[in-house]
Amino acid sequence: MTEWANVILQGVLIGGLYAMFAAGLSLIFGVMRLVNIAHGDLIVLAAYVALIVTQALGIDPLTSLLLVVPMMAVIGYALQRGLLNFTLGEDLLPPLLVTFGLSIIIQNGLLELFTADSRKLQAGAIEIETFQLMQGVWVGVLPLIQFIVAIAVIAALQLLFYRTPLGRAFRATSDDQSVAQLMGLDTRHIFAMAMALSLAVVAIAGVFLAVRANFDPAIGPARLIFGFEAVIIGGLGSMWGTLVGGIILGVSQAIGAQIDPGWQVLAGHIVFLAILAVRPQGLFPKVSG
Amino acid sequence: MREQGHMHDHPLLEVNAIDTYYGDFQALFGVSLRVEAGQVVAVIGANGAGKSTLLKTIAGLMQPRGGDIWFDGELIENAPAFAVVKRGIALVPEGRRLFPSLTVEENLKIGGQLGRPGPWTLERVYELFPVLAERRNLPAPALSGGQQQMAALARALMANPRLLLCDEISLGLAPIIVRDIYARLPQIVAEGLSLIVVEQDIVQALSAASHVYCLQEGRIALQGPAGELTRESISAAYFGV
Amino acid sequence: MSGFRVEHATRSSRVGVAVVALALVAFALAPYWGSRETLRLLAEIFTYVALASLWNLLAGYAGLVSVGQQAFVGLGGYLLFALAILWGVHPILAILIAGPVAAVLALPVAVLMFRLRGAYFAIGTWVMAEVFRLVASQISALGGGSGISLPAAIVIAMAPSRQWREFETYWLALALTVAVLGAIVALLRSRHGLALTALRDNELAAQSSGIDVTRLKFVVYVMTAFGTAMVGALIFLMKLRISPDTAFSVNDWTAFVIFITVIGGIGRIEGPIIGTIIFFVLRQTLADLGSLYLLMMGAVAIVVMLFAPRGLWGLLAERFGWQALPLQRHLVLAPKASRALAPE
Repeated sequence: MTEWANVILQGVLIGGLYAMFAAGLSLIFGVMRLVNIAHGDLIVLAAYVALIVTQALGIDPLTSLLLVVPMMAVIGYALQRGLLNFTLGEDLLPPLLVTFGLSIIIQNGLLELFTADSRKLQAGAIEIETFQLMQGVWVGVLPLIQFIVAIAVIAALQLLFYRTPLGRAFRATSDDQSVAQLMGLDTRHIFAMAMALSLAVVAIAGVFLAVRANFDPAIGPARLIFGFEAVIIGGLGSMWGTLVGGIILGVSQAIGAQIDPGWQVLAGHIVFLAILAVRPQGLFPKVSG
Repeated sequence: MREQGHMHDHPLLEVNAIDTYYGDFQALFGVSLRVEAGQVVAVIGANGAGKSTLLKTIAGLMQPRGGDIWFDGELIENAPAFAVVKRGIALVPEGRRLFPSLTVEENLKIGGQLGRPGPWTLERVYELFPVLAERRNLPAPALSGGQQQMAALARALMANPRLLLCDEISLGLAPIIVRDIYARLPQIVAEGLSLIVVEQDIVQALSAASHVYCLQEGRIALQGPAGELTRESISAAYFGV
Repeated sequence: MSGFRVEHATRSSRVGVAVVALALVAFALAPYWGSRETLRLLAEIFTYVALASLWNLLAGYAGLVSVGQQAFVGLGGYLLFALAILWGVHPILAILIAGPVAAVLALPVAVLMFRLRGAYFAIGTWVMAEVFRLVASQISALGGGSGISLPAAIVIAMAPSRQWREFETYWLALALTVAVLGAIVALLRSRHGLALTALRDNELAAQSSGIDVTRLKFVVYVMTAFGTAMVGALIFLMKLRISPDTAFSVNDWTAFVIFITVIGGIGRIEGPIIGTIIFFVLRQTLADLGSLYLLMMGAVAIVVMLFAPRGLWGLLAERFGWQALPLQRHLVLAPKASRALAPE
């Protein structure tokens, strides 16, 4: 019994990480209807950036966030302003194919620079610390911290979207690009800010991923898929729904892994497909597609 | 009451012979127009005459292929819309087009996002349209047509423009509501704004404006002081008979 | 009102058809003039032309951008191995069976996938492919995660000698590719093809013209799965070995296919052919740079997408009005009618 409690708890905690993968993805889709196929690879890129920063400066991963987050935000701004803004428009092919091409470029670029060797960021003793929640049920400190941070990030994003001028600008631009311009908003800049924000979240997710498990240039697409599944399960347009989606995905994977290690990821896919079959709009939809 | 601006040796807005295209289709042919500081100018014409296109071109949503536009002595015809707003021109778009994801108050606030100095603040705008204050936290789509039009007007005022462009604010509204809205225009002008009012409703436009332009299939068919134009000449210009 | 007829051919397309006919003859005779490596290379080129043409039909005409077609390539491959190894079916027959089986499996897949739109549809197809891959790695009878080779007995039984076996698979590749292209051309020339071309040009307008867009897309998706699975079966027959990672490889069966179609020209039937030629010329001249090559292709695809979204053939077709194959429809007026319309 307690074995299953541990399994589910672990699933919940990793669900927070998946929700962070999803948050960046759905933010962009909400503001500019862009689905960034390179999203997962950017998470991996952030992990490698953190690798370089921690090695070059001799600091620990959590401190490196102070540098990695702004760096990734700048990369996001430049990427949107310099490339992705030109793909936006009526046709859905250009943004999809360009971000797909970007995904391939990032993966292979990282492969060239870092080889296919597995890496991991070391966070020190905190990685193995646990505490007992109740009889027989143990919680890892690091996963718990990551989960709390994930909730904080989503709460911060909600706050930003609904209580700040920038958030107002995001929502207005998403509603009606031309009229947003009539408000004095430069939509090129707004989109770039949204991407910068998305990649800031990606940076946090990437560092957390790198501390938690081994990473290599090829694991990007799987992270994109987990983020995507969390979005679809939770429902488009709802940030908190995305958190629930991530948790459901995490728990499904954990249960699947407990049955058979080879079933971990497949279990998540099956739950995703089931939700798609039965309730395609997701559990807490806010917008329609 | 404020001073009606100081004397300039140039008009506030000068549009010279602009041609605007939608792709290959030409919508405006050599259209010229002037607005003096403190003036209310009406642009009338049938459906498809090019009135909205003219306002969109002035506002920077479209760029003309020929001709130029001067605003207070500066060339603006190539400036994008967000830059034109910064200079002091605000457009109340056709069909209101409030942001549906935002509340009434958020719509107003975003109108003032630029922070241009001027008399129009949230309080002042709520004074002008008290019904908006009552509904400030409702989502914009919850308002009636007339209320939405007021909100769209208020939103444009929040940008503290010097020139306000109103695109068919009477469209789809009951006459009594239209009269109500038009009744507020003098207060707006009194604060120092100039207006271009585009209307299919000739009566309302003529009563509000001092100067009238009539567009017909993309060309200026008639222009002159509102009081001097006869009904017959307006009909002829409007319908092109 | 008579006095006109609809024709497909133009002058450039007549040239194109002649070129294609000559090429086909040359290719059919390749075992007599080509080396072993040449035959291998040509067969690989044919399979990529087929895969790219099918992807082009799906994305360029039906507007369904799938980054998960590797699901059906791998499915075809595994069906071949399963049929041959577990049920003793002759490999060539297995290829023919793979098509319909994949089409049947594609039905529920399509039902699920069509609940998603646009780019989300694309990622959904990727998830499907991953599901197929994970399921395949669970099937221990076919080698599980490490894969399996086609048993020597089955390979030897295919033909009297290794040389003849290779000729056989080569001709099979040529025949299958010609069949796929032929089917696509026939489809596009038919009434359904007209609907598809309308769909390609403007989906909303097509819908308003009374075309059942959803049904059309569904049919195209299932048919594409049919063709892709058969090509996949053939590919793995040539490789003689299958594993989940190679069968369902995104790089091999989707990335390259997408790049080929984008660079050659989406939404035109000549595009994938041109794209494949360019792809292989680059690959041969640049030798195998591995990941650097993929990186470059990605960059080129991005540049093409931004500056020449209709691809190389799109540029040429728009500039010169070329068509290699007679697909467009234009009116030809009979002499009497054209006199009536001529200016006084």
